[in-house]
Amino acid sequence: MSATQKSFASELVEVLGQDAISGYTTFKLGGFRFDRDEYFAKITWQAKGQEHSHLMSVDAFLRAVMRDVAWGFFYGWVNFDHVIGTQNHYGSVDMYAGTFNGVLKAAGVDYVENFDTPVIMATFKAILHDWVNEGFDPFAAPEETGSAFGRKHGFNAEAIDRYRIATKRMPGMPDDSPLREDLPVNRQFLDVPQDEPLVHCEPEFEGQLSAFNLFKYMSRSDVTWNPSVTSVCKASLFCPTTEEYILPICHGNDRVEWFMQISDEITWDIADKNDGSPFARIIMKAGDICAMPANIRHQGYSTKRSMLLVWENATPNLPEKYESGELPPYPVSF
Amino acid sequence: MNAYHTNFASLDNFEKGSIQMIQGKASHYVFSNIFEVAKNAKPYDKTVVGINQKYVIESVRAEGTSVWYTCSHDEFLISMDGEVRVEFLKLPQAVDASIEGTQLAGEQPNGKPMGYVVLQQGHQTILPAGTAYRINSAKPATVLLHTIKGPLSIEKWADICLK
Repeated sequence: MSATQKSFASELVEVLGQDAISGYTTFKLGGFRFDRDEYFAKITWQAKGQEHSHLMSVDAFLRAVMRDVAWGFFYGWVNFDHVIGTQNHYGSVDMYAGTFNGVLKAAGVDYVENFDTPVIMATFKAILHDWVNEGFDPFAAPEETGSAFGRKHGFNAEAIDRYRIATKRMPGMPDDSPLREDLPVNRQFLDVPQDEPLVHCEPEFEGQLSAFNLFKYMSRSDVTWNPSVTSVCKASLFCPTTEEYILPICHGNDRVEWFMQISDEITWDIADKNDGSPFARIIMKAGDICAMPANIRHQGYSTKRSMLLVWENATPNLPEKYESGELPPYPVSF
Repeated sequence: MNAYHTNFASLDNFEKGSIQMIQGKASHYVFSNIFEVAKNAKPYDKTVVGINQKYVIESVRAEGTSVWYTCSHDEFLISMDGEVRVEFLKLPQAVDASIEGTQLAGEQPNGKPMGYVVLQQGHQTILPAGTAYRINSAKPATVLLHTIKGPLSIEKWADICLK
C-alpha cells in the first residue's frame, strides 16, 4: 500500500489485490467485495449460497461514496442507487445490497452487514483514494470536472479530503466557521450580489452583533450537494447547499427533514423508503418549502446550479420515535 | 450566451412549484411558498411554514416597524427579498428560559442600545439570546425566522399548503 493510504487507518482496510491491467485496487469489507474497471464499480456478495453482484457506473459510484464519507454516513439511509447503500446507526453502519429494493428483498437475494463506523469509513476512504483519478472531482458537477473513466492515472487527494463544515452558531462569528472570502464565485452564480450587510455596533458591544451575506456565501460553495451548517438554534440546523446535476445518492432519512428552495428550481423524485416504489415528483421553485416525511427516500435534479436550504433536526432520539410509530412520518396533519 | 441568470423570488414576483402525485397525499409534503405566505399575512404575523418537533421556520412580512421582541435562545433572520433594519437592545436581566420561541419584550424595553444591522436580499443576522430586537422595513419585505415555536407563532397549514 502507498504511504497516502496509510494515513486512512489502513490497518482497518482489507485489500484483495491490484488489477495488473486497470491498475485499480480491489477491496473487501466483511462479505462485500469492491472492484472497479474502466467504466464500472462492481459490488459482490453472497446470498442463498450463490454469488450476487451489482454494477454501477463508476462516476456515479464515486460521487455517492464521496457524499457518504464527507457526511460521516449522514442521517438514516444513503442509497447509492436502487440496490446498494448504507444505513447510519451513529457508531456503527449497515452496508446493504438489495435490502431496500422490494423485488430483491422478496427474492431473498439481498445482503446486509453491520460495521463499526471507523472500519467502513477507512475502507470507503481507501476506495476513494485509489479509484479517484487525477482530474476527477467527485464533489463537482459533471460540467466542472474531468472524467472518472479509464485506467488508473494519478490521484486527487485534495478533492476528496473535504468535509462537512461544522458551525457552532453562525459562520463568520468569533471562534466559529469562516466565511468564504477566499473561494471564487461559482461560474453559475456570477450574477449573485457580493455586498455584505451593514453591521453597526455601539462601542461596548463590538463583536456581539453579526450578519453576513448568506447568498454570497452559497455562491462561493466549491462543492455540490453538500449540506453545511449556517445557523444553529439548539438542535435545529440550517444546512444550505448548492445543487447542480443529480443528487448522487437517494436519501432515506430516519427523521423528517425540510427543504426550502432559495433560488432556481429542483425536481425531487420521491419513493417509498423501504422498497423504492415511486410516490411523487415534487417541483420546487424559489421560495417553495416542503417536508420530506420520514417514510420516503428522495433524489433531486437541478439543471442550473441552485441554492437549497436543507433543514435538519439533529435531536439524537428521533429515529427510535419514528421507527416505533410514536411519531408519525408526516410532520403536520391538516 | 454563457451568462447564467440566478432566479430569486420576491413578494411581488414568485412562482409556486407543484407536486405530481403517484400515490399518497399531497398534504404529506406540507408544501407552501414563503413569499405567497408573507403576501397574504398581516405585517409581522409569524406564520409557521416549517415545523420539526418544537423547531420552526417562520415566514414574516416585514412592513413598517415591528414591536420589540426577545428570546431566551439564539434566533436567526434572513432577508429574502428586500431591505430590513434590525435594532438591538442589551437587556439588563436574563430572559425567562422556560419560554422558547419569540416573546414580546414590552412596549419600550429597559435595555442598552447595542447597535443595528441593515440587511439586503440574502443577508442573514443572528438575533442573540437575551437581547431585544425590532425590525423595520420601509417597503414590504419577506423575512425568514429560524427559531422555536413560541407564543407568537401562527399555524394555518390548511390555508397555505398544497392539498
